[in-house]
Amino acid sequence: MFFNEDFETLPREAIRALQLKRLKAMVARVQENVPFYREALGKAGIGADSINSLDDLARLPFTYKQDMRDSYPYRMFAVPMEEIVRIHASSGTTGKPTVVGYTKKDIDNWSELMARSFVAAGVHRGDIIHNSYGYGLFTGGLGAHYGAERLGASVIPMSGGNTKKQIMIMQDFGSTVLTCTPSYSLFMAEAAKEEGIDFRELKLRVGIFGAEPWSEAMRAEIETKLNLSAVDIYGLSEIMGPGVAIECQEAKQGLHIWEDHFIPEIINPETGAVLGEGQEGELVITTITKEGIPLIRYRTRDITSITYEPCICGRTHARITRMSGRSDDMLIIRGVNVFPSQIESILMGVEGVEPHYLLIVDRKENLDTLEVQVEVDEKLFSDEIKHLQALSSRIEKQIKEMLGVTCRVRLVEPKSITRSEGKAKRVIDNRHQA
Amino acid sequence: MHVEQISIFIENKFGRLAEVTRILGDAGINIRTLSLADTSDFGILRLIVNDAEKAKAVLRDRAFTVSKTDVVAVEIPDRPGGLADILQVLDADGINVEYMYAFVERCGENAVMIFRFDETDKAITTLTAKGFNILPGERLYNI
Repeated sequence: MFFNEDFETLPREAIRALQLKRLKAMVARVQENVPFYREALGKAGIGADSINSLDDLARLPFTYKQDMRDSYPYRMFAVPMEEIVRIHASSGTTGKPTVVGYTKKDIDNWSELMARSFVAAGVHRGDIIHNSYGYGLFTGGLGAHYGAERLGASVIPMSGGNTKKQIMIMQDFGSTVLTCTPSYSLFMAEAAKEEGIDFRELKLRVGIFGAEPWSEAMRAEIETKLNLSAVDIYGLSEIMGPGVAIECQEAKQGLHIWEDHFIPEIINPETGAVLGEGQEGELVITTITKEGIPLIRYRTRDITSITYEPCICGRTHARITRMSGRSDDMLIIRGVNVFPSQIESILMGVEGVEPHYLLIVDRKENLDTLEVQVEVDEKLFSDEIKHLQALSSRIEKQIKEMLGVTCRVRLVEPKSITRSEGKAKRVIDNRHQA
Repeated sequence: MHVEQISIFIENKFGRLAEVTRILGDAGINIRTLSLADTSDFGILRLIVNDAEKAKAVLRDRAFTVSKTDVVAVEIPDRPGGLADILQVLDADGINVEYMYAFVERCGENAVMIFRFDETDKAITTLTAKGFNILPGERLYNI
């Protein structure tokens, strides 16, 4: 089953021809409209006119998340605000988020790619999609929502949280498709069990899980406990949102990346050199149809590999393997992106807190937990417990407010966090990504 | 009239309390009384010792977080209602007790309680006016 069979099964040569045409047009657009790119392309000595084949892509400069932060909020936009119909954002290091804008055409394309993704996952009209991705600045909720409507399925805009209500609605409304983070699906199954509800008895048939890395072992666990077929979805707000790549129900071996809209490359994160098929490295994406905020060779920091092997589902678009890690120190905690430096800057804002901290990430009962260890020196120390507890909860609250992630602050003795000569060890991640 | 108490931040880790008391013992410091307030993660050990300055110095040398707090030692008649009487007086004057604990030794016929008040000087004035006996630090360190 396809949503747009013509495009989803384009022969490789046709995909490449389309990519080249769209790449040239996109580069011409940003050269004209985005000062950042005009300068970057000028420095690299390349422009739309000098792109003659897809091999020239490797000569284009990279775009980093930092470039988007430096352009906060709108300076990377390639169209006037009159053309922008939607703005999303993801959390940023210093409290300033990374902002993306969409034109009407961008929303239209995103809806189509998300609809294609739903169909690839085995969803069709008549399905009832229970969408537990967060609605708001985060792209997950609205991205899946528009795709579901484009497909013509019935979508329940649940957003995250309020687990009991989620379970009741899923049971009473007869949801057949669940979209959320993989860890939240297991959490809901456990919570339902406590209510005496067996998830396996629900009508759920397909689960589309993303926004955090997960393993084959976790897929097996979800499929057993929820009695559905679980597929992996990939996306990031800088590129578009959910629906950049999706596993097909037929193979569940790698995620098809929609190559008529994105050109993927795998590079060596150290040298920037482009790697071959099957080699593991950092995923770099060029958006070739985006109007609001087109990006050239965006460094996703996600580690994967790519294959152009034909797939049994009939789609001709390349597949990337499950993300196996990050080439930076970003943590994904319950679907929320967290950089240790963000926590550091919040801690530094609390009077008396020393820059010695340790983040301990774990997964307990299928939910990620974050513990922030903070050293108590004499400036912070109070001989009254209530003052120390107030300090912990103040830090917890600030982290929740700034980063949207729940954590537990643990006060520790000075010098108990290991100091090292070189790069300080800031994170212990005990989650098993088998 | 204040008594010097030292407070030490201790993580809930195996052997930590033993370590603190060993450091003090090796430095020849005598613990007169103590109390331990604890939460699931950490505790605060409060001590009255015969040499607070020295105790602080040796613990700081070993990287412990130590602070000095002024507390008040009050003699309390050792009979039913003795503690209730004193708390009633404090309550009437709107003085809060942050925490309190008992001194190990008796002072003559009386028990001794250590108090941490939100308003230390006001508490001393109130208690003295009502005829309670406040013990000065020097006496306490050497009972």
